[in-house]
Amino acid sequence: MLWSALDILTQANFWAATIRIATPLIFGVLGALLCERAGVLNLGIEGIFVAGAMSGWLAVYLGLPLWGGVLVAAATGALFGLLHGILTVPLGLSQHVTGIGVTLLATSVAYFGYRVAFPNVATPPRIEAFPPLDLPVLGDLPFIGPILAQQTAFTVLAFACVGALALILARTPLGLALRAVGDNPEAVEAQGLSVVGLRLGAVMAGSALMALGGAFLTLSAFNAFYFGMINGRGWVCIALTVFASWRPGKALLGALLFGALDAYQLRLQTITGGAVPSQIFLMLPYVFSIAALVLVARRADYPRALMKPYFKGQR
Amino acid sequence: MIRFIPRERTPVWLTVAVSVGAGLAALLLTAIPLALSGAPVLGAFVLMAKGAAGDGFALAETLTRATPLIFTGLAAAVAFRARLWNIGAEGQLYAGALATVALGAGLIEAPAYVLVPLVLIGAALAGAALLLVPVLFKTRFGADEVVVTLLMNFIVLLFVQMMLEGPMKDEMAMGWPQSAPVLDEATLPKLITGLRLHWGLVIAVIAALLLHVFITRTVWGFRIRAVGENARAARYAGLPVGTAMALVGLLSGGLAGLAGASEVAGLKGYLTADLSPGFGYAGIVVATLANLSPLGVIPSAIFIAGVFVGADSMSRAIGVSNYLADLVVALSLLSVLVGGLLTRFRIVLVRREAV
Repeated sequence: MLWSALDILTQANFWAATIRIATPLIFGVLGALLCERAGVLNLGIEGIFVAGAMSGWLAVYLGLPLWGGVLVAAATGALFGLLHGILTVPLGLSQHVTGIGVTLLATSVAYFGYRVAFPNVATPPRIEAFPPLDLPVLGDLPFIGPILAQQTAFTVLAFACVGALALILARTPLGLALRAVGDNPEAVEAQGLSVVGLRLGAVMAGSALMALGGAFLTLSAFNAFYFGMINGRGWVCIALTVFASWRPGKALLGALLFGALDAYQLRLQTITGGAVPSQIFLMLPYVFSIAALVLVARRADYPRALMKPYFKGQR
Repeated sequence: MIRFIPRERTPVWLTVAVSVGAGLAALLLTAIPLALSGAPVLGAFVLMAKGAAGDGFALAETLTRATPLIFTGLAAAVAFRARLWNIGAEGQLYAGALATVALGAGLIEAPAYVLVPLVLIGAALAGAALLLVPVLFKTRFGADEVVVTLLMNFIVLLFVQMMLEGPMKDEMAMGWPQSAPVLDEATLPKLITGLRLHWGLVIAVIAALLLHVFITRTVWGFRIRAVGENARAARYAGLPVGTAMALVGLLSGGLAGLAGASEVAGLKGYLTADLSPGFGYAGIVVATLANLSPLGVIPSAIFIAGVFVGADSMSRAIGVSNYLADLVVALSLLSVLVGGLLTRFRIVLVRREAV
C-alpha cells in the first residue's frame, strides 16, 4: 500500500490533475494579491468566483464563443470589484464586512439568475468546454507530453497572467505606484497620483482575475454550473495569498502545492478503499491552508497600508 | 463638494432609522431582479409579507426561524465589537449541535431539569472551544482569524458528515445519514402546542438581555469595547487585551453553539448535515443591521427571518426562486454599511471656494 501511495507521484494523470486543480487558484491568488498589494482586502472573492463561474458559463450557453464567456466573466468580476472598491476606498467602510456582503450578494445574484434562466431542470445544462491543447512538439515529449496535452488554453492564460502580473508589479511605473499605494498612500498622493483611482483600478482588475478562476471551472474543468461548486476555493486563495507573501511567483508555487495535495488526497482515497472515511481526506486541503497561514503569519510582510482607508489631507 | 464631518455622538433614533431604512432599501433594490425575472413585483412582495406575518401561524414560523438567527447574530455582535472577525459561527453552530446529540441522545439519562441545562452548557462549550483555536492562532501567531474561521466551517461540516455516516449514525434511520433523536428529557418544549415555536426563543431573548447588561454595565464589557475601539490604546492603558479577546471568543463561540443546540433540541430533534441553511453567515447580517447592539439583534433577526420565511412562501405560490431572500439579505448588509456613514458622519455640502 505504501508503494502504491508513492506510485501516484509517477503518474502523468496525477500531475495533470495538479495543474487543473491549481489553475482557478492561480487566478484567485493573483486577484487577491493584486487587491491586497494596493491595500484592499477583498473577501468578496468567494462570491466573485461564483458569479464568474455562472456568468461566463451562461454567456457561452447563450451562444457566445468560449473566449467571449471568459470576457463576460472578467467583466462581471470587475463590476463586483467596482462595488467593493467604491464601498471600501472612497467611502472607507470595513473591508471585512463589505467583503462578506459582496460575497453574499454575488453568490445570491448568480444563484437567483441561474434559477430564473433554468426554473426546473433536473440535470444541469451543458456547454462545449475548452478542448485539450493540441501541441505539435511538446505533446510528444515523454511524461511531460501527456501532462501538457490534458491542459487547455485557459490554463495557459493563467500561467501567462502570473508572468504578466509579476512583470507589471516589479518592472513598471504602474506596478511601483500600485505597490506604493498599499504601503504608503501619502507618498503616492505627494507624487500627484490618485490613491482612490489606483486602488479602485487594482480592486477591479483583481476581481476580474478572481472571476476568471470561477469561469475556469465551468468553461474548462467542467462544462456546467452547479450550486456549491466553489465550496471555499475563494477563501483558500486568501490564505494562499499570505503564504505567497504577495508575490505572483510564489502564488503560482502555492497554488500548485495546494493542487498537488488535493489531487493526491483524491487518489489516496481510492487506494485506502474506504478504510479511512473520505471526509478525512476532504478536510486535508482546508487543514493545509490553515497550517500554511499559521506557519508564515509571524513572518508575513503584510502591505503596510492593508485595510487602512485613506482620506485625502488626513493622517 | 461633499465633506464628511465626524459626529461626536449619534442620536439613537438615527441609528434605528438607518437600520430600518437599509432594510427597506434592500427590499426596493430587490424589485429590480424581481422585475427582470418577469414576476409581478408588487404581488410578490405582498405574498412575501403575508407569508412572513400574515397570520398567527406565519408569525410563529418567522419567530421560529428568528431563534437561531438571534443566537448567531449575538455571536457576531459581541465578536465584531471587539474587532474579532468571527466568520465561523456556521461551524460553531454545528459543533454545538454535535454536542447536543452527543449528550442528549441517550448517553446520559436524567430528568429534564438536569439534562436540558447540561445539553445547553455542553453545546455552548463546544462552540466556544472551536472558536478558541483561531483566537489562539491570532494572539499567538498573528494568523488572521477571518480566513481560519471561514476554513474551519468546511472542516467542521465534513466532520459532522463523517460522524453522521459513522459513529453517530442512527441505525433506525433507514440508511439516512442522521443522528439518533435526542431524548424527550433533553428536548426544549414547545411554547404553544400545535406550532413549531419552542423555548429556544425565550433563551435567545434572555441571552440578548444578559449580553446587553454585560457589555454596557460590567468592567469586562467595558474592556471588550475598549479593545474593539482601539486595541493599541487599550494595551497602553494596561488592559489585558489577550484575555479580553479569549473572553470574547468564548462568548461568541458559545452563543453560536447555543444556536445549534436550540435547532436540534428545540426544532429538528436530531442532527443532519443540512441543519443550518447558512444561519452562521446570516448572523453577520443580523448583527450589522442591529449596529452590533445585543438588543437590536432581536428585531433585526426577526426581519431577516421574515424575509426568508416570506420568500419561501412566495416561492411556493408563484414559483420565483427563494434565492430572492438571499438577495434581500445581502443587499440589507451592504445598505446598512453605507447607511452607517450617516451615523458616523455629518455629511454637508460646502462650496468649493470655502475649502
